[in-house]
Amino acid sequence: MWATVAALAAITAYGLFTLDSNGVNIPDAIGETLRNFRTIFLHPESRRLSAGAAAWELLLTVAQAILITLFSGLVSLGLGLLGARNLAPKPLTQAIKAVIAVVRAIPSILWVLIFAVAAGLGSTAAVLGLSMHSIGYLTKAYAESFESLDYGVVEALQAVGANWWQIVFQAVLPSSSTYLLSWTFLRFEMNFTNVVAMGAAAGAAGIGFDLFMASSLYFDLGELGLITYFVLAFAILLEIVAIRVKAVLKER
Amino acid sequence: MSVDILTERKRKSLRLFGLLVVLAAASIVVTQYDIGKGFTSLVKAFVWGLSNFYPSGASLSKLPDILKKLWETFLISIASTVSASPFALFLAFMGSRTTRAHGALTAAARGIGSFFRNMPLVAWAMILMLAFSQSSLTGFLALFLGSFGFLVRAFMEVLDEVDPGLIEALKAAGAPYYSIIFRVVLPASAPQIVSWLLFMIETNIRDATLVGFLTGTGIGFAFDVYYKSFNYHAASLVVIVTVVLVIALETGSNAIRRVIL
Amino acid sequence: MAVLEIHNLTKYYKAHLALDDVSLKLRSGEIVAVIGRSGAGKTTLLRCVNRMIEPSSGRIEFEGVDIRRLGRSALREYRTHIGMIFQHFNLVPRQTVMENVLNGRLGHKSTLAGIAGIYSADEHSMARSVLEQLDLADQAEKRCDQLSGGQKQRVGIARALVQEPRLILCDEPIASLDPRSAKAIMDYLFRISRKMDISILINLHQVDVAIKYADRIVGIREGCVVFDGDPKNLKKRKVAEIYGCDVDDIHFEDSTGGDAMFN
Repeated sequence: MWATVAALAAITAYGLFTLDSNGVNIPDAIGETLRNFRTIFLHPESRRLSAGAAAWELLLTVAQAILITLFSGLVSLGLGLLGARNLAPKPLTQAIKAVIAVVRAIPSILWVLIFAVAAGLGSTAAVLGLSMHSIGYLTKAYAESFESLDYGVVEALQAVGANWWQIVFQAVLPSSSTYLLSWTFLRFEMNFTNVVAMGAAAGAAGIGFDLFMASSLYFDLGELGLITYFVLAFAILLEIVAIRVKAVLKER
Repeated sequence: MSVDILTERKRKSLRLFGLLVVLAAASIVVTQYDIGKGFTSLVKAFVWGLSNFYPSGASLSKLPDILKKLWETFLISIASTVSASPFALFLAFMGSRTTRAHGALTAAARGIGSFFRNMPLVAWAMILMLAFSQSSLTGFLALFLGSFGFLVRAFMEVLDEVDPGLIEALKAAGAPYYSIIFRVVLPASAPQIVSWLLFMIETNIRDATLVGFLTGTGIGFAFDVYYKSFNYHAASLVVIVTVVLVIALETGSNAIRRVIL
Repeated sequence: MAVLEIHNLTKYYKAHLALDDVSLKLRSGEIVAVIGRSGAGKTTLLRCVNRMIEPSSGRIEFEGVDIRRLGRSALREYRTHIGMIFQHFNLVPRQTVMENVLNGRLGHKSTLAGIAGIYSADEHSMARSVLEQLDLADQAEKRCDQLSGGQKQRVGIARALVQEPRLILCDEPIASLDPRSAKAIMDYLFRISRKMDISILINLHQVDVAIKYADRIVGIREGCVVFDGDPKNLKKRKVAEIYGCDVDDIHFEDSTGGDAMFN
């Protein structure tokens, strides 16, 4: 373990030493950033974007996150069942897990840009691209939830002559529903952040795009502050809901 | 009697299902999402990908450049994670139930942690770019702040799980606060902490791609350049080397975890 | 009439021989206990009967049908006639007692009805009467993870009974229960077998329990049948051979006794 820590520290030292700052005067930049922070967080203003419009943009972002979560959840449910060691033949589970690992390894921005070639930059590509990454994540999580089930239950239903579908719906899903729900909600939080990111990086509709416009096009710190507060508030709200949801699910 | 129970349960499932359908429908309306276009694009993207998105002989000549960018991304991911970790650890000690020194401090630590964790990475990148311009340093700082937020929470949960009996025993023996932390809490939770570090590095490789795309550095920038110049063969090579790096890191981390956990 | 006939059953796990040329018969309504050390092959034998484990060679006949030839759907149909009871109960923890019992009917249902969990009024009343027989009627709406071990095993029995089985396989049904619940479970199984003329093939750890309840005892050692006969004829020396230990270590009285709990 200490060897790992030492190696990481050495790489970090080397990385920091060779870090390219592109000729920026660091103390000046730090000072400027701190001043920017002050404007952003203490003087949020709405100039081009009214608070109502910002709320609508936020809703747009959330709606895309919901679409991504539901679509990828549905696909992952199927893939997760076929990828679980206790529910499907071994070659199939291994194939699914290998494909899923690759899908997950591709950063979401690259997925979005790949889809943008076919669909053009925008929401369609963002939803499809982020769904890919979301599928990679949820399939793994679902399959592992199924695998952690007590195999005896599956066996007992096999012994009464139930077929695969009946076992899935009467034993597997009822027993794992709480895990599935909490994984899905966790992923929803991540999808929300990702949609914001794709708004800034790949022109998806929503608050992320406004963030990009405010900072890179208008250099409007006040508006940047307003948008940041909106996103932050919603993310914190999601976190609180997630904690509640987890507590409720644990009780059931 | 039991018939009612069954229908009640089924009603619950149906209600959840209905809720999801309504959510999906509402989302489609709000975003004016064109499902037809979504599906045709999906098919089109796969057909296009299979016919265009693979490395060619010519693109292989770009490999040294790509690997150099990948190395840059790799360094930034590790450096940002590792340098954020001491700060995160300090805040986690302040905020954890088992190690906290003072109630008000705990609340403040948790608040700060929550702020940094929920602040989107792109927002950091956008704000930092205003002063630091497009450079690796910007990417490093953005990832540093993002990792800091995530690690505070992760470390706090690790510390919360340290057996309070251990601490109680030493307190009863009259050991001072700092020696309890350094002699008991830290050694007991070190493996989990390292495990989270490894996880953060894996995540940061992917996030660094996004940040690099915005700040014009690393592998994200390399992809952007090839993509915008329609050099899809080289772009696909970028994807492939990224996948190889991420999977190699994942495998390596898992191997290390097996040893230390 | 023989319900179940096993001829020369052999099972290999790779190179390891788990069952070696096992033959035995089970008559209608008969209780046969299989005893032996853990790892002797008891569980493998039981699971070969409903093909939860595939035999390597030999013949298994259930009411005259060679079950090793059955295809997938015929195998499922065949399994509906055989109940199975497990050491760890294997109930769906988040379902109610009633739902778990009705799970026993799944093999009789269409895929769709099974998925949706739609059961007929007949099936409901059948499940209720079975629960009454097992003194569980007042627990029907409880979730299974709130039951005690003995209650869980009764739900397991109820699930087997709604299958309307002609044979029940019991794999160490009382191994994780306290002595009182264990006795109750054995009494239920005994009564069910006698009253409904259901054959029972049961794996047991405790020799005294086997002697008290079984019509016949089969002793297995390293995959071979080393005893097959009336409990009265099972002597200490034979038990010592089955378990591979000293005669002096055997603590039960031939044919008659047993510990206090089981008298």
